[in-house]
Amino acid sequence: MIYADNAATTKMSKTAISTMVSLMEDTYGNPSSLYEFGQKAKEVLEKAREDIAGSIGATAREIIFTSGGSEADNQAIISAAKAGEKNGKKHIVSTAFEHHAVLHTLKKLEAEGFEITLLDVHSNGIVSAEEVENAIREDTALVTVMYVNNEIGTIQPIREIGAVCRKHGVLFHTDAVQAVGHISVNVVEDNIDLLSASGHKFHGPKGTGFLYARKGIRLLPLIEGGAQERGRRAGTENVPGIAAMAAALKEAVSNLDSYKAKLTPVRDKIIAGLREIAHSDLNGDEERRVPGNISFCFEGIEGESLLLLLDDKGIAASSGSACTSGSLDPSHVLLAIGRVHDVAHGSLRLSIGEDISDEEADFIVNAVKEVVEYLRGFSPVWRDLQAGKGKFIL
Amino acid sequence: MALYSEKVMDHFRNPRNVGVLEDANGVGEVGNAKCGDIMKMYLKIEDDIVKDVKFETFGCGSAIASSSMATELIKGKPLEEAKKLTNEAVAEALDGLPAHKMHCSVLAQEAIEAAIEDYNSKK
Repeated sequence: MIYADNAATTKMSKTAISTMVSLMEDTYGNPSSLYEFGQKAKEVLEKAREDIAGSIGATAREIIFTSGGSEADNQAIISAAKAGEKNGKKHIVSTAFEHHAVLHTLKKLEAEGFEITLLDVHSNGIVSAEEVENAIREDTALVTVMYVNNEIGTIQPIREIGAVCRKHGVLFHTDAVQAVGHISVNVVEDNIDLLSASGHKFHGPKGTGFLYARKGIRLLPLIEGGAQERGRRAGTENVPGIAAMAAALKEAVSNLDSYKAKLTPVRDKIIAGLREIAHSDLNGDEERRVPGNISFCFEGIEGESLLLLLDDKGIAASSGSACTSGSLDPSHVLLAIGRVHDVAHGSLRLSIGEDISDEEADFIVNAVKEVVEYLRGFSPVWRDLQAGKGKFIL
Repeated sequence: MALYSEKVMDHFRNPRNVGVLEDANGVGEVGNAKCGDIMKMYLKIEDDIVKDVKFETFGCGSAIASSSMATELIKGKPLEEAKKLTNEAVAEALDGLPAHKMHCSVLAQEAIEAAIEDYNSKK
């Protein structure tokens, strides 16, 4: 199998697995216990906190561990919103193509009386700092903009957005789930106040994640019941998982340069290959995207059937079609960059990993070409377009 | 557990009666690209018998499988029988569809109804 769905989840690294297993076997104490065996687990936990902080330019006390990116997003946004509310600030600025962990949390706050401004992300899938600045008001409590979009891989100008937020004294959160471990992220240089990340997106275990909150920012616990994480997240810490996440992140961050050097040409080769398919288009900016993301729309076909046939050829990928989302609408991300429904249904996301070979890249391109051609062969939409009934969009 | 039954995957991978029927005398198209499913049925009806049938589908795996199965269920059958084909019969013949995919079998039924209506309107 060629696994090309690394944006969904990644294979755990060998280091992460060995870290996790050895801790499960030997260091199963509760970090809150006072005896030596528990304190040993506490040491592991705090070392992981230091390593993770170091990987993003933070200090250990600024990191709290969560169950993943969604929890971190929820906690960051709710904490910032409630802090703003105390000062009469009930406006939040975000973008139309955030992850649902952000969008649904904002919806909830909207129902509680907050006003939400969702900025346009344009056809290239990038919001500008200027647009963020223009949206900031006297009563803005928070700006939350994702670092890298999960479907189309575009990188947002986070540093500039952060600077604008600092200038206006507004808290800035970024959902960096698709960025951390894939591109260089530094919370100080990037002017970030709150950042969410997820372990399994960078070869760590599922069920692990962390939230960075700049010193002085108060976090409200979503989970009550204990003093763990200095009162900000109750529950016995997932020590093996957290340490494995830290090991995976350390490894990923130390390999960022080689990761980029390896993947960028493969990514571009696949993009060039898929562009040879008539009436197709790359989703999102070509340059400002993460090294592993390739997102395309193909006119005249539907994404789920494309995925199933690629699966038959041994390729695991994903799509933003309605049929794969379980709803009637295609991906909100593709709609946000201006893809109309007809075209958004025919989308394909390939998120490649470091172990991909040149041969596999060629195999993917050929497989997609074959399947798209095959499906178009009995698509009434394609037939009509070919016959000149209706206009090609792509 | 797989997303679809073996039957669905078989009809999806090897769709029966796929393509255009040049001498069709009843053609029906239902669905729209906005929703992500379009089915087109071509019927050749002679002496009140569905002599031949072909389909074209833009849609997901279950939409393709539903169209394929529907064509098999009506091919060679009296028109009266084809008229009575229900979406449940299509889904059942496929050994079931996931709940959120049942609309695909509805589309298949509607595409056949539309094609028969087209045939009747031309008589």
